[in-house]
Amino acid sequence: MPRETFILIPGRTSRQGTSLNVSKLAGEYIDEISTVFLCPEDMRRLGLIDGDRVRLRSDQGIAEVKCEAAKPGELPPGVLFLPYGDASSRLMSGDTHGTGMPTSKGIDVELEKL
Amino acid sequence: MTAELKTELKVVSNATCTFCGCVCDDMELTVEGHRITKAKNACVLGKAWFLNHHIENRPVATIRGQAVPLDEAVEEAARILVHARYPVVYGLSDTTCEAQRVAVAIADRIGGCIDTTTSVCHGPSGMAFQGVGEVTCSLGEVKNRADLVIFWGSNPAESHPRHWSRYSTMPKGLFVPNGRKDRTVVIVDVRRSKSAPAADLFIQVRPRSDFESLWILRALVKGLTLREADCEVTGVPLAVWQDLAQRMKSCRFGVFFFGMGLSMTRGKHLNVEAALALARDLNAHTRFYIKPMRGHGNVTGADNVVSWQTGYPFGVNLSRGFPRFNPGEYTTADTLARGEADAALIVASDPMANFSQPAREHLARIPYIALDPKETPTVRHATVAFTTATYGINTPGTVYRMDDVPIPLRPAFDSPYPSDQEVLTRIERRIRQQLSER
Repeated sequence: MPRETFILIPGRTSRQGTSLNVSKLAGEYIDEISTVFLCPEDMRRLGLIDGDRVRLRSDQGIAEVKCEAAKPGELPPGVLFLPYGDASSRLMSGDTHGTGMPTSKGIDVELEKL
Repeated sequence: MTAELKTELKVVSNATCTFCGCVCDDMELTVEGHRITKAKNACVLGKAWFLNHHIENRPVATIRGQAVPLDEAVEEAARILVHARYPVVYGLSDTTCEAQRVAVAIADRIGGCIDTTTSVCHGPSGMAFQGVGEVTCSLGEVKNRADLVIFWGSNPAESHPRHWSRYSTMPKGLFVPNGRKDRTVVIVDVRRSKSAPAADLFIQVRPRSDFESLWILRALVKGLTLREADCEVTGVPLAVWQDLAQRMKSCRFGVFFFGMGLSMTRGKHLNVEAALALARDLNAHTRFYIKPMRGHGNVTGADNVVSWQTGYPFGVNLSRGFPRFNPGEYTTADTLARGEADAALIVASDPMANFSQPAREHLARIPYIALDPKETPTVRHATVAFTTATYGINTPGTVYRMDDVPIPLRPAFDSPYPSDQEVLTRIERRIRQQLSER
């Protein structure tokens, strides 16, 4: 499968927020922050099914996560959602452009099925 | 006797939840020994916070992973910080104001940088506040007066679940006696989040078009004529923006809550400046206010404490004996990613999980001290780690709600671990002694 370019929006989820109180080192939290969501149209077009592993690559780094279809209408085509965590941090740049804040949302990434 | 005490049942009323910036202070906690078994009034996040914080089976302190007595760890922490040339003190958003104050004192003693998680949260908003100002109000005013409530780049259904029911959209207020029926709720976001179905109006903007969208609204509020082509970049038709601008101008009391969808996206402080200026402009027509949706339980307290101690809210350098503020230079994401910091004191935060890879790699290379009630990636890699009591559950103190209202904590049960304030106070005392011996 060729690499496709997407805009990645990392963000909070309820499941991430509840599971981090149990442990940030294992279990539900790790599962939540290692799952990227695509719109169903993109999933179909790329031949992906829930649970498939994909590689995300930004200018900064690489993260390998599993993918799931978002609810219909939640994400527009070309946009990915990934709960904040280790994988999203790997894709962030260290450069903050003089603000102290790395660009943490709206990151250009390439997606490749593994 | 001990067994009896451990199973003693009590109820703590009006306890405060410190999981998110809502800082709800109407919790009713049922406590059995060293465990909270019920958290009445708590949201899903609050329940997870209260029910999963019990006494951890971890040493009170470790040095390079080996359990040590508290005094030995304090000595080593002070030694690391005193001998550093460019130390940083970072975190602070999940601890009390009393502990935050001691952390600032430590940064002052060692001539380091003091920075909080604000810098990777609403730090750009802090910069924008300085540039434009903030037309501000309390959440109590929102509850009693607001008839138009806009959330932009924020998903309160998942990040601040009780914000709507307690403060902003559902409650009946003095001038909105019918609660939700008297209000119009608008969500603007790049994705149809779980908050969207509860809004009267959902506007889905294209990613990275917040700046343009806000300036289109500013233009419309000013009465300028725009063309459909001017709005193409936002992915939203002109008529939708015209409708929203009209609603904003004609409401009696409007409030604009913005999340990290503005501050973390390309444009950052410029996005927030546009939002702040829009709220300011609207006061030519009606009453309009703007507030950031703050994440951690006492991140607002961190801004307040660092501001009243140094004059600036975050990203402050004290190496010359007086405070200097410069986001991008003294902020921790930068001092680590550029490889400048040579030691760190991390309090109640997890940069090893949340920072960029270059910053994390540098943090792993330098000696650092971590204080946290739970084991985290940051604690695991720390040179010196302290297990501390959980603020609000085990320790009293003060926190600030997201609208800068200070709220006291009512702890549920004692912890065998020291508080952040106690550990920091001991480290600060040893730093003073070690500096005087040099």
